[in-house]
Amino acid sequence: MTPVALNDSLSQISLLFIYGAMLVYTVSFLSFSWQLTRLSSDKKKIRAGASQLERVGITLLIMADVLHGVGVILRGIAASRVPWANMYEFSITGSFIVVTIFLIALKIRDIRLIAAFVSGFNLLILGVATTVFYVRVAPLPPALQSYWLVIHVLVAVLATAFFNIAAALSIAYIFKTAKWVENSKLKLVGAMRRILGLFPNEEKLERLAYRFNIIGFILWTFTLIAGAIWAERAWHRYWGWDTKEVWTFIIWTIYAGYLHANATRGWTGKRSAWLAVVGFVAILFNFTVVNLFFKGLHVYSGLK
Amino acid sequence: MRCLVISNLQSNDEIISPALGVFGWARWIWRQLTSMRTALILLLMLAVAAVPGSIFPQRSADPNGVTQYFDANPTLAPILDSVQLFDVYSSSWFSAIYILLFISLIGCVLPRTAVHFDALRSAPPAAPRIFSRMPAHIEVASKRGKLVERATALLKKQGYRVVVDGDAVSAERGYLRETGNLVFHFSLIGVLLAVGIGGGMSYSGQRVLVEGETFVNNLAAYDSFAPGTFFKEAELVPFSMTLQKFKAEFDIRPTSKGMPLDFRAQVTTKLGVDGKEKSTVIRVNEPLEMPNAKVYLTGNGYAPVMTIRDADGNIVYSGATAFLPQSSTYTSLGVIKVPDTARQFGIIAFFYPTVDELTTGALTSLFPAPIDPMLTMNVYAGDLGLDGGVPRNVYALDTSNMTQVAGGKSGVKGLRLKLGESAELPNGLGTVSFDGLKRFASLDVDYNPGALWVLVFALLSLAGLTTSLLVPRRRVWVRKTETGFEVAALARGDDPILEKVVNEVATALTQKDKK
Ligand code: HEM
Repeated sequence: MTPVALNDSLSQISLLFIYGAMLVYTVSFLSFSWQLTRLSSDKKKIRAGASQLERVGITLLIMADVLHGVGVILRGIAASRVPWANMYEFSITGSFIVVTIFLIALKIRDIRLIAAFVSGFNLLILGVATTVFYVRVAPLPPALQSYWLVIHVLVAVLATAFFNIAAALSIAYIFKTAKWVENSKLKLVGAMRRILGLFPNEEKLERLAYRFNIIGFILWTFTLIAGAIWAERAWHRYWGWDTKEVWTFIIWTIYAGYLHANATRGWTGKRSAWLAVVGFVAILFNFTVVNLFFKGLHVYSGLK
Repeated sequence: MRCLVISNLQSNDEIISPALGVFGWARWIWRQLTSMRTALILLLMLAVAAVPGSIFPQRSADPNGVTQYFDANPTLAPILDSVQLFDVYSSSWFSAIYILLFISLIGCVLPRTAVHFDALRSAPPAAPRIFSRMPAHIEVASKRGKLVERATALLKKQGYRVVVDGDAVSAERGYLRETGNLVFHFSLIGVLLAVGIGGGMSYSGQRVLVEGETFVNNLAAYDSFAPGTFFKEAELVPFSMTLQKFKAEFDIRPTSKGMPLDFRAQVTTKLGVDGKEKSTVIRVNEPLEMPNAKVYLTGNGYAPVMTIRDADGNIVYSGATAFLPQSSTYTSLGVIKVPDTARQFGIIAFFYPTVDELTTGALTSLFPAPIDPMLTMNVYAGDLGLDGGVPRNVYALDTSNMTQVAGGKSGVKGLRLKLGESAELPNGLGTVSFDGLKRFASLDVDYNPGALWVLVFALLSLAGLTTSLLVPRRRVWVRKTETGFEVAALARGDDPILEKVVNEVATALTQKDKK
């Protein structure tokens, strides 16, 4: 193999685009938050101005997503390969896909009110990515030189994006059905109640979350199988209970539990919503704690 | 809720109090075990039970980690070991959960399969009396005739199974959803069986091969070998493999200096004694496929070629010795044992491919490629401990019965050799020369006949899962009314477009035929 061309200055430009995107995400997040504060007001006149803020927020979100996408693509060009070979790249690509899926889903589904969550969470991911996970472009170690990198990781990113949106919907569901939210006399909770009142009704939230989760689960099953096929080539066995394999399995089992819960009397609604949240927490755990602190073969963060 | 019931709408929660007698109890226990709730709880238990295996080192994946854990926690480790926390995935409690889960699964899908076979052959159920009770419903005023015929034709064209009952049409589609679900669950059983049986017949062997050496596939040729429970030696197909050359490429760009770019083991292979010789390359993601074996490249390093002569000039040791890399720049550690002399001695040697001296005087390697190689040696004289009949690790020197005669605190400086140099050994032990440098490849030879079946069942389960989650199963009814007709629909499982379907059917039935 001849050494690939690495372009360090191009990756610097990529980073600038990511910073630019973060800036616009911040403004977008602020307008969504402002929208929510206005919506939570008990005065009708204040509430009326909110939809304009939503439009501004969405326009900004689209702009940020474009900047973000350029940053991701430049990073790929700078490294002469797919931009998801280490934690930094996985984070920027993954969060880009979350926002893109969310923007597409906005057209078909009434899920606008989780926009504040999506933009805020995205900002958080990019913040951690650029400060904690950042590494310069580097050549691929031999273990990653495989087309399975393209398939396995891309599908994992997609699955994560679907689970992410579903988790946001489940969290909204949990708040909406919570007794303490319903009964509290606190002003703040009252404001929250007004916002929650604008969300789709409980049943709709539950069903929306379910639909994002089943797509996520199919993609996750594929990720697991593709990972095993790759492991058979790279690590000479298809399954060996490596820490990453263990957590992929745990997540798969939690979501399988979630699907069963949806068909089990007494487990639909709140319990299954909690399972979806637990599943997503396990995904975040798998990506952060397991990658950084657990010993295993799957250590491609690029961090020393 | 029993697992047989697939749609929430159908589950008339008949709580059956346990019947009397032994048979009744057995039946009750079986029902509990095969209930969805039990399956759900077992699934969640399995998820929780898998966690400790990622926290504690596992013998299967990380045996060294277990040894280290025992050294670091001498009191705690045996306690953890007694509850199998170092063998989580073969432990009795982990096995118990998944075996129960699979019994539950079998007990669940077998009756479901029977029910589904019946459903496949029976007609869609009759139209409900009151359409407006259905989750999606519409009433339309229309004067067009032949409603029943047109509705039947329309729904048939859309893939529904249709029956006519007087003024009403009943239709059902999406049987594939349940078929997919059953395929999914049966395939999981397939995966489990293939994992178990394949694992039993598998083997995994390791061998370090220096350039120029030949490996012949038989038990004696392996450095270490782990057979499955049903492994038979006859599974090893005789072939030979010679490592002709090992090539390693490292990055020289300043930002990623020393990172590996490519490893290639160039080998020639021969089947049997007089097979045809073939040349191939083994790379990290590209194993070599031989009959009943796949050969993987799992590691590499340097093998300095040395010659040691005794005081009389007789050769007592010569050849290439594999040194184990200790760092990313390939500072490597090797052990040489010289038993066949008047006084046994051993050498602990370090190899630096691109040597550099730190300010402390210690040596280090700057780069993994051999730009300026150097070999250093500490020499120990005394009993090597080789005569006890206990197999010794070739990469370790037991110095408990030896005295250090060069290097360390021995008072004599350790030896330092550049390529092509030779030096005198202390205490009149003879001379040593550093004659050449070869590389070695660590190879893993693995065979698992179950792997292909695991893959087949895994892909089948993925296909079944996708079908069962994405194919909507629904019933649609159309009935003539006095002013026109009404349409109703009921989903079994999640169906995002139920209302749309009802509207579309209604629209299609009001439109004029296109002629
Ligand atoms: C290895 C254990 C199991 C795994 C990984 C597993 C996984 C799954 C998955 C992913 C689904 C989604 C498909 C769907 O929702 O239609 C599903 C559905 C289902 N499973 Fe399992 N399952 C397991 C064991 C069982 C057992 C033991 C039972 C019965 C006692 C069972 C009964 C069902 C039923 C009835 C559905 C359909 C639920 C529905 O219609 O939504 N499963 N299973």
